[in-house]
Amino acid sequence: MSLEVDITRPLAGFDLRVAFEAPGGVTALFGRSGAGKTTVINAIAGLERPATGRITLSGQTLFDAQARVNLPVHRRRLGYVFQDGRLFPHLSVRQNLTYGQGFAPRGAIGPRLDEVADLLGLAALLDRRPGALSGGEKQRVAFGRALLARPRMLLMDEPLAALDAARKEEILPYLERLRDQIGLPILYVSHSVAEVARLATSVVVLDAGRVVRSGPAEQVLSDPAMVRQFGLREAGAVLPAQIIRHHGDGLTELAVSGGRLFLPEMDQPPGTPTRVRILAHDVIVADHAPVGLSALNLLPGTVVTLRDGQGPGVIVQIQCGCDLLLARITRRSAEALHLAPGRPVHAVIKTVSIARTDVGAG
Amino acid sequence: MNDWLGPEEWQAVALSLKVSFWAIGLSLPFGILTAYALARWSFPGKQVLNGVIHLPLILPPVVTGYLLLLTFGRRGPVGGWLEQVFGLVFAFRWTGAALAAAIMAFPLMVRSIRLAIEAVDPRLEQAAATLGAPQIWVFATVTLPLILPGVIAGAILGFAKAMGEFGATITFVSNIPGQTQTLPSAIYTFLQVPGGDTAALRLVAVSVVVAMAALTVSEILARRAARRVAGA
Repeated sequence: MSLEVDITRPLAGFDLRVAFEAPGGVTALFGRSGAGKTTVINAIAGLERPATGRITLSGQTLFDAQARVNLPVHRRRLGYVFQDGRLFPHLSVRQNLTYGQGFAPRGAIGPRLDEVADLLGLAALLDRRPGALSGGEKQRVAFGRALLARPRMLLMDEPLAALDAARKEEILPYLERLRDQIGLPILYVSHSVAEVARLATSVVVLDAGRVVRSGPAEQVLSDPAMVRQFGLREAGAVLPAQIIRHHGDGLTELAVSGGRLFLPEMDQPPGTPTRVRILAHDVIVADHAPVGLSALNLLPGTVVTLRDGQGPGVIVQIQCGCDLLLARITRRSAEALHLAPGRPVHAVIKTVSIARTDVGAG
Repeated sequence: MNDWLGPEEWQAVALSLKVSFWAIGLSLPFGILTAYALARWSFPGKQVLNGVIHLPLILPPVVTGYLLLLTFGRRGPVGGWLEQVFGLVFAFRWTGAALAAAIMAFPLMVRSIRLAIEAVDPRLEQAAATLGAPQIWVFATVTLPLILPGVIAGAILGFAKAMGEFGATITFVSNIPGQTQTLPSAIYTFLQVPGGDTAALRLVAVSVVVAMAALTVSEILARRAARRVAGA
């Protein structure tokens, strides 16, 4: 199951010209507002028509300008979750959820209503009207509705953007469960690095209508060249980790490929795979293992690259085990430590600097 | 009611109700289709269509009635053909009264429904399409339920207009008791004969009651539909 997109479309200000491939898992289409993300996802859904190009989904042509193929929206079988929910106000939650069920071809497989209600915590809401739901509940119904139409892929256009931080936190675990339990490919449009870091398995970075980078999430997020796209304060690497044990003093120990991490206590049992986002400005670089330091996390590694920023800062990419870390330090420090590619270093990370929201299911 | 109204008066009331029901019942689907086309589609001649539909609202009703007679009369191009092919006669029959009422009520109906369609968020219809619903199904399950208050209001408004239609009707199908003598025609006739005032007044009372009832029913239905649509 793979989506291939290669399209152009003139937009106000610039020409959209994108080509990328979305394999299985969650592919994040990341970019600042106005980068053309919504146009791309609408073109895939069939709601907007590209000027030229092709869109194919596992071999089936959805759109081909040259061959004059343009499959109508309702025959593409792509579940679309909109930023604003768009629930049908005159139907109950149950009727909303089952709206698309009858249109799925007979052989289509997918979860049943009770399974979806269970997965998304909707069982108690089934007989309500959308008008009586909170923003977060509405969005969960929208996920379920798209899912129950038995689509071949889910398209999500900034599904959390209209929610406040607390609602986002409430919904992200449901999205992780969608990703990990349903196994449906998802194209996730977002301008939030935090969401991309939590959910994406692949990332496509869009800037002014062009794809500037695409690849596996760990690689793209830890690419120093992408720091400008993500923003200095948001840049950071994502490390796959596994919970080892919970300690009595409120700490949880996790294994990453380059060593051990101690994080504020987590709820999941030992053995649970997780992913930890470590922001570049939270990482301290030392040239030898420091002693007498309050920071608990010490990962040995080697410098891969350094990249100068516009200000006094330098982005250092460090290989720790099989993972890549990003550290943002001053140029002065980099020179004092004689940092250069190949130099062995230690990355130091304070336990309390890792926010609970930056630790998600792996 | 039978005792209170004379047979001729009763006949006029019954005929008016029959004419209006058929006029609105048969033209409503066309009204919805026309309103949808005007609200959502762009096609060549859209402004012309819009103008033609609204013409009866602006033309003197006598002119509309005369044009109907020329077109749908037994020797008219459309009327002659309809009689030959379907045996359907409009001239000087109650069917003609229904046609005249439908034509006169059509612009009011379309305006009301069009406003309702324009108030529906097309993005809801898009959402339905992404769930696999073909366009006609989207219309039946999303658009139509959402515009129902407007459709009801439009139908009632059209019904009231049809009940009161006089000029085009009397020109097109004349004023034949039991055949084409609708409520307004009957009132007009009674006013022409000495001592007809009481009968005319009784029919005036019926008109007022019917109009009030129509308004009340439409108000209740529209409010109920609006509450459903609000989704609370």
